[in-house]
Amino acid sequence: MRNNSDKRVVVAMSGGVDSSVAAALLLEQGYHVIGMMMRLWSEETFGGGIHNRCCTPDQMADARRIAAKLGIPFYVLDTKAVFRNTVVEFFINQHRAGLTPNPCLECNRQIRFHFLLENALSLDADFLATGHYARVDRGGDGRYVLKKAVDAQKDQSYVLSVLGQEQLAHALFPVGDFTKPQVREIAARAGLPTASKKDSQDLCFVGDNNYRRFLADHAPDVMKPGPIVRKNGEIIGQHAGLPNYTIGQRKGLGVNSHEPLYVIAMNPFRNALVVGTADELGQKVLTAGRVNWVSGETPRQPFRAEVKIRYKAMPAPAWVEPLPDARMRVSFDEPLRDITPGQAAVVYDGEVVLGGGVIERPAD
Amino acid sequence: MAANLPVYVYMDHSASTPTDARVVEAMLPYFTQVYGNASSAHEFGRKAEDAVETARETVARILNCQPKEIVFTSCGSESDNLALRGAAWAARRGGQGNRLVTTPIEHSAVTKTVEQLAALMAFEPVVLPVDREGLVDVEDFANACGEGAAVASVIYANNEVGTIEPISRFAALAREQGVWLHTDAVQAAGQITLDVQELGVDMMSLSAHKFYGPKGAGVLYVRDGIELIPSQSGGSHENGRRAGTHATPLIVGLAKALEIAYDELDAHVAQYRTRRDHLVEGILSRVPGALLSGHRERRLPSHASFVFDGVDSSRLVMHLDAKGVAASGGSACKTGNPEPSATLLAMGYSRREAIGGLRLTVGRQTTEADVDYTINAVVEAVEKVRKLSGELTV
Repeated sequence: MRNNSDKRVVVAMSGGVDSSVAAALLLEQGYHVIGMMMRLWSEETFGGGIHNRCCTPDQMADARRIAAKLGIPFYVLDTKAVFRNTVVEFFINQHRAGLTPNPCLECNRQIRFHFLLENALSLDADFLATGHYARVDRGGDGRYVLKKAVDAQKDQSYVLSVLGQEQLAHALFPVGDFTKPQVREIAARAGLPTASKKDSQDLCFVGDNNYRRFLADHAPDVMKPGPIVRKNGEIIGQHAGLPNYTIGQRKGLGVNSHEPLYVIAMNPFRNALVVGTADELGQKVLTAGRVNWVSGETPRQPFRAEVKIRYKAMPAPAWVEPLPDARMRVSFDEPLRDITPGQAAVVYDGEVVLGGGVIERPAD
Repeated sequence: MAANLPVYVYMDHSASTPTDARVVEAMLPYFTQVYGNASSAHEFGRKAEDAVETARETVARILNCQPKEIVFTSCGSESDNLALRGAAWAARRGGQGNRLVTTPIEHSAVTKTVEQLAALMAFEPVVLPVDREGLVDVEDFANACGEGAAVASVIYANNEVGTIEPISRFAALAREQGVWLHTDAVQAAGQITLDVQELGVDMMSLSAHKFYGPKGAGVLYVRDGIELIPSQSGGSHENGRRAGTHATPLIVGLAKALEIAYDELDAHVAQYRTRRDHLVEGILSRVPGALLSGHRERRLPSHASFVFDGVDSSRLVMHLDAKGVAASGGSACKTGNPEPSATLLAMGYSRREAIGGLRLTVGRQTTEADVDYTINAVVEAVEKVRKLSGELTV
């Protein structure tokens, strides 16, 4: 066993199995462990019922029971206002701009590894641990390296691509070395009551996990109907609000055409949904902004890498060219059909996350 | 419990106290030897009944009342419920008034009961204002107790800010108008007089675990002649005012604890005062912008409470806990849903201030070193919380 008895670590607990096992593993490794749960903002009611899914009293009670079982202190941190004003606002504003955001990345950037990390360090903790499936290593040059999880299916390094050296120096991902079945086994062995719990869902702040309904309720202006157009501007139909569609979507467009049409872009300025043929769909090049290089240093030359354009996408081989102002250009070997502005493009070298950025809307 | 910490200082005696070892000793035979039901007609029952009635006499002696005026309950909240609900229902039955007079700084057991009586039975609540120190105005009280008042309830000493209300003056005014006055004396017990003749109240709630007795035992004093309608019906225990088998060991413990608290009152109170004054002086002089909430002099001897602008008490309590100091925030904060303290708001503090309440309450075991440690911890914790970013929900 490593001797970590002089190290204090705050574990972000959700009441779920991954963060519970993270806490149990850290205790086994000898750390002083403190459990902390963020009380995030989420819809409390809609449609006349209470559907709050995030940070429910039940989840809080679960997390509190687990902490008690493990014999660690447990606190709930009020994060409602800051979460509402960062992640939820961001989510709405991105949709308003015709983009398809990934709020989990934004949460890791602004909430978990900023707000929560700050609170943890303020409690004299050396580390903040989460139940993410990813790994942190230290390279020969002393720099921290973010790597994929051992369990490729559960790997969450994509949503952690916003982390830099400052955050990784304090980050621990104890379950990243295990597969999900192993994690469930550890939970069962430790007698943690979450051993058989289901995985949690994305979009924790949306009561029914239906983000379209959420936007209609909270930002009705974003869900305005508008024209469906071809690239040449020809109007061929009506759409029900841009967030209802995703790039590459074919079904459910409600337009008549002799050839299959796909969503190829969204134009928020004209509130137009741009559709085209399969030929018009694929793209080989994307640019991304808000690029974070995990090492803290922007690569000087274009380089070969694999790039993931969605959380669940396969990494695709590409040339990556760093650009000024925290941007990059990615040129794929083969065209990809679903490059979606607003999603993250995350750059991998094998297991290692080199960095990532937010996919920009292609210039017309 | 933070098992790893070398020190842990308990500064939350208003939340609960340890049970005095002498009390535990007094209770023990009633678990395994004198285990009969105090209502039974045999030797085992008689022995248990004797213990309960002896306890009743002890409590009556300290409250300066008749034993039959003592009702044993399970806790302070139950006592408050029985007093308010029992008196309101009795008034309704007798057609004697519809108004429930209370204050914005009552324990929730009073507040919520009044709210429920208003919502379900159309009683009319009147909530009197308090001043910046948490004192209820005597004239306001007199006006509210006129024609149509069913029962009044004013907390003897407030749990959050420690202010002691001039209960005997309210009692005299209530009596003039023929209105029953209940007081929640849960925080006051073990620190100031509980003499009901001196206080003049008609009903008074106590809870054993606040004065070094066991959890699960309470008292409601009910002046002879007041007929409460029981809210817990069943057997004829407690003169038909509260059904349920007597918790003999807990009742014995309650009486023993109350007896010890008032036999040794002067010594304990003097010590509370010394420690508390040192604590207040240390925090006010060393924490920039710290305010003492509640009345400076008219407050419980063990009680210190503060407001720190720009500091939410849930984070402050967390930081203090991590430093090994057990403290209490002004508001319920275990759920990460900090609400500003209703008491502080009623006293005229802003919402920003009212989420920054901190209560530190000393006890018999509190040492000078504990106080010094606590002062340093508060200084550091406030500084740290103030440095954190992120707006508060309030």
